[in-house]
Amino acid sequence: MSALSRTATAQPVAIPLGEVMPWATFAGLMLMLMVYFVGTEQGAMAMFSGSTVHEFVHDGRHLLGFPCH
Amino acid sequence: MTGKLLLRGMIAGVVGGLLAFLFARLYGEPLIDVAIAFEEHAGAAHDAAEPEMVSRATQAGLGLLTGVVVYGAALGGILALAFAVVYGRFSRLGVRALAAIMALSGFVAVILVPVVKYPANPPAVGAADTIGDRTQLFFIMLLVSLALMIAAFALARRMRPRLGAWNAAIVAGLAYVLAIAVVMALLPEVNEVPDGFSAVLLWRFRLAALGLQAVIWATVGLLFGFLAERLVLGAPSKPDRRV
Repeated sequence: MSALSRTATAQPVAIPLGEVMPWATFAGLMLMLMVYFVGTEQGAMAMFSGSTVHEFVHDGRHLLGFPCH
Repeated sequence: MTGKLLLRGMIAGVVGGLLAFLFARLYGEPLIDVAIAFEEHAGAAHDAAEPEMVSRATQAGLGLLTGVVVYGAALGGILALAFAVVYGRFSRLGVRALAAIMALSGFVAVILVPVVKYPANPPAVGAADTIGDRTQLFFIMLLVSLALMIAAFALARRMRPRLGAWNAAIVAGLAYVLAIAVVMALLPEVNEVPDGFSAVLLWRFRLAALGLQAVIWATVGLLFGFLAERLVLGAPSKPDRRV
């Protein structure tokens, strides 16, 4: 009986898209930007001049598999 | 709910990044040191020694830690957002099964498959003047692979009523593999390994890079599943929960 009610509770209920979309848009953009800074900034493209960001995350960039230099 | 899921995904990603840092210190850094020694030896003839802006110790320590933890957090967050869209809408799987399946297929689509065409390279491998092209090709391969993986899941879903779950999944998987084979055949080859670079070192570095990604994705998929299940179903000890 308790197993049955637990299964009933566990039926997946979708989160309304209206609630997900603002998060997906704004947080998604920020998260992509984080990946960009670790992976590509001051490599193929640069928002800031110089190479400090590139040099700082250099080892991580190589080991994460991004083209580094 | 989405914000709480996002937070849990990012926490799982930070933990994955910390584990990846330990993995990288053990298996990655020794190889990078050897590759840099080769680079300096080979480049000594034509390159004047570049001024060192960030010390090797910082690159291999705080820099590496920052890189993998930020990457892990971002990845965990993106997975959580994708999970929030898919859960209960495109899938009837439970929380932990869905988190694990999404992380596994994400790893295949975003890491394993692109790496077959454009593998990770240690320092000393890769010409400086082709970084733009290589970065572009790398992201094209990655994005096409991810799009094809999502299409494969959509295909499996459509075929399931006619073929059954197993056969639909096999057909969709085959379609993904065939489409990837075509994409890989069309994209240009990149091979910029300098003469005399150790084949063993190259192989071990690429294996270490793959291992590091496996550590991050496995941690994110399993830990996020654990944290998200407690959020969605409510922790067993606290029946009084807000929705």
